[in-house]
Amino acid sequence: MHWYARHFKQQSADLLNQIVIASYFSEHTKIPMAKVLVLFAHPKYERSRVNRRLVEQIKHHEEVTFHDLYQQYPDFNIDVVLEKNLLTNHDVIIWHHPFYWYSCPPLMKQWIDVVLEYNWAYGPKGNALQGKQVLSVITTGGTPEVYCAQGNNNYSVNEFLRPFEQTARLCGMDYLPPFAVMGTYQLSEVDLDTYAEKFNKILTLLKNGEVDLSNSSRFMNDLPALKNTTSS
Amino acid sequence: MSGSILFQAIIFLAGAIICVPIAKRFGLSSVLGYLIAGIVIGPYVLGFVGEEGEDILHFAEFGVVIMLFLIGLEIEPRSFWKMRKAIAGMGGAQLALTLSLAYLLFITLGFDSKVSLVIGMSVVLSSTAIVLQTLKEKGLMDTSFGNSSFSILLFQDIIVIPMLAIIPLLSSGNTHVDSGHGDELHVYLLEDLPLGVQTLAVILSVVLVILAGRYLFVPMLRLVAKTRLRELLSASALLIVLGLSLVMELVGLSPALGAFLGGVVLATSEFKHELESNLEPFKGLLLGLFFMAVGASINFIVIGDNPLMITGLVLGVIVLKAIVLFIVGSLFKMKLDQKILLSVSLAQVGEFAFVLLSFAFQLSILDRTYLDMMLVVTALSMTLAPILGIINERFIIPRIGTKRSAERTADHIAKTHRVILIGFGHFGGSVGRFLRSYGIEATILDQDSNRVDLLRKMGFEVYYGDATRLELLESAGIEEAEVVICAIDNPDVSVELARVLKDKYPHLKLMMRAKNRIDASELLNLGITNVYRETLETSVRMASDVLHHMGFRKYTVYRQAQNFIKYDEDSLRRLADSPRTGEDFIFKVRQEIEQQEKLLEEDLRRGIVDSDQQWDSEQIRLSRSKSAEN
Repeated sequence: MHWYARHFKQQSADLLNQIVIASYFSEHTKIPMAKVLVLFAHPKYERSRVNRRLVEQIKHHEEVTFHDLYQQYPDFNIDVVLEKNLLTNHDVIIWHHPFYWYSCPPLMKQWIDVVLEYNWAYGPKGNALQGKQVLSVITTGGTPEVYCAQGNNNYSVNEFLRPFEQTARLCGMDYLPPFAVMGTYQLSEVDLDTYAEKFNKILTLLKNGEVDLSNSSRFMNDLPALKNTTSS
Repeated sequence: MSGSILFQAIIFLAGAIICVPIAKRFGLSSVLGYLIAGIVIGPYVLGFVGEEGEDILHFAEFGVVIMLFLIGLEIEPRSFWKMRKAIAGMGGAQLALTLSLAYLLFITLGFDSKVSLVIGMSVVLSSTAIVLQTLKEKGLMDTSFGNSSFSILLFQDIIVIPMLAIIPLLSSGNTHVDSGHGDELHVYLLEDLPLGVQTLAVILSVVLVILAGRYLFVPMLRLVAKTRLRELLSASALLIVLGLSLVMELVGLSPALGAFLGGVVLATSEFKHELESNLEPFKGLLLGLFFMAVGASINFIVIGDNPLMITGLVLGVIVLKAIVLFIVGSLFKMKLDQKILLSVSLAQVGEFAFVLLSFAFQLSILDRTYLDMMLVVTALSMTLAPILGIINERFIIPRIGTKRSAERTADHIAKTHRVILIGFGHFGGSVGRFLRSYGIEATILDQDSNRVDLLRKMGFEVYYGDATRLELLESAGIEEAEVVICAIDNPDVSVELARVLKDKYPHLKLMMRAKNRIDASELLNLGITNVYRETLETSVRMASDVLHHMGFRKYTVYRQAQNFIKYDEDSLRRLADSPRTGEDFIFKVRQEIEQQEKLLEEDLRRGIVDSDQQWDSEQIRLSRSKSAEN
């Protein structure tokens, strides 16, 4: 056990450093208004073309905390205290994962099960997460045409994401329209560049608190601010 | 011929080996078997043993001393202090009532008042040897009846001393010089000193025993333990008991009492179990000898001369004692079944009566007729005791509806742990600490006395001893245990232990530490499924960390490592061949190379295993694009 413990300590120290850096930026520069936490869950990240491109974008934003769950908890033994501290110290939570069997990979679900505690995240005294924003960032093999009433999957991605939406709501958080990269098998490198750039912009908007939901798009992808995004 | 020690030893051993198993076969206690053996080899049946039977009796009394030492070992000083009221109260009541009633009885039978008093005193005493042996054999020490019996017996052991002091006061002066065995009993250093000095000496000697237990015996045992020579431990255990006896005899206390005190002092030491298992065989043999000597000393001529008188006396004494014990039990609010058990089990006249009566004979208080008669009564009552016990147990107690067994089970669970952990080194230590962090306490056995000492200071319950000795495991409660964890470093020892345990206690869950693939295979071949190779997980984890360091994803490596461990365990089970015997070092080395070779071949066949393809989006994309092209 102790080798893991030591390991965790190191990781926790790194994460806390990141938090400190993030808060330093929020105090000393004008631009970032909200602190963003990316909870990334991919059991085989090293073989994911699309997610690698997305994660690269996150790394451009020094003040965004990137938290790689499968790297941190290969044995699924989630450090609840650490996770709760991270949540407390951020304003926007991103659940970033591939869409497996119409849901998230198991460690993400494990995270939801053990971290979102009764009377902390929800329940009569559970208001620790009140007012924070949640964004699902997902990648799907199927195209939007497959994910609709006429397609093989019968339902839209938004419908499949209902459990996540309701989880966020129960914890008093605002569930933003998801950012989805769909039909990943058919995406060209140019397509990937466009998605990456869009994700990059979304992160900036979230940081600056400039996400405008007045036209209530079904996907983050369709925000007016991202209208003319192409690969740069 | 019959004088030769060798011949006598053969007679006694053969008698025991023939009679005791027969008695056991018929469900009788071993005590009765020994008594019958004694009668058979004694002067009136086969005549192998003659007058020397009484000398053997005195030699064998040392078995009683060892037994009290062992009983002392089981009683921690704190619980002994708690028992003081029961000892004084029950013991005192039993003494007063029995002595006065017996005195009245013998006066009415027309005996002289001095004679009646001496006989009364000897009748008070019950047989520690018989009662405690029976209690231990049946596991009744923890019942209220067992406790009361023990308290009364202990009080009797103490009260013998003032009795021996009073008897000379009854003497008219002239002593029987030729009395054989009795003379060493009253030769002690302080005989001629004033009473105050004697009392002081007695108190001093008790203090001495306690101090010696703490500051002499324990360091000595530690020193001996470091030599790791088993026979030296047996020698020191005997030395302790003999030394205690000698000191007690010198100041005129009963050696049994001294041994008991010494046992109590050592009850909290880490050597408790080791002392127990070392002395157990001596105790058993000497007690057996003692009972046989009692049987051999029954004078059937005296019985033949006066059968009615003897029968009357035996029955009268037993009934009298039983009634008194029943009253004592009532006074102390015992349950009916416990009271009856107490009354019957302590109703005999004990071995101390031999001492008292012989002593009184030397002082001319008793004449030969009375002595012989009372010796026969004592021996007969001791012989009847186990028979009465059986009658009571089979025909009387079941009618009352006993709850004894339920009580006993509860007591047992409280005392023995469900887990026994053998070896508390680096490996066993982690096992024990983790179990403890989960609230599971294990009975721990370890062979390194320094470590035992340290761990005890840290509040662990660790005992010193060699776990391959079954007696030690038995006293550690292996009968009641569910799981035995073997964390022994030496594979030869653990394989041997596994073999014995598997054979003797098939119900046990055995969890075995294995050093390497070789002894792991041996253990698997013994049919043990829970075999833990100490190096497997650690080495794979190390390799995993190397891979992390080289930039591989942790979760992928983690799963791969788990699979590898599983694969390795499987291959071990596959490759474990039929049991091999007679391995020497060279053979082992060759075997290891053979195994390594087989393993590497297997690995080669397995190749590089890339698991978890289900999450590999690249794989899917490529196969999709391939099928699209076709």
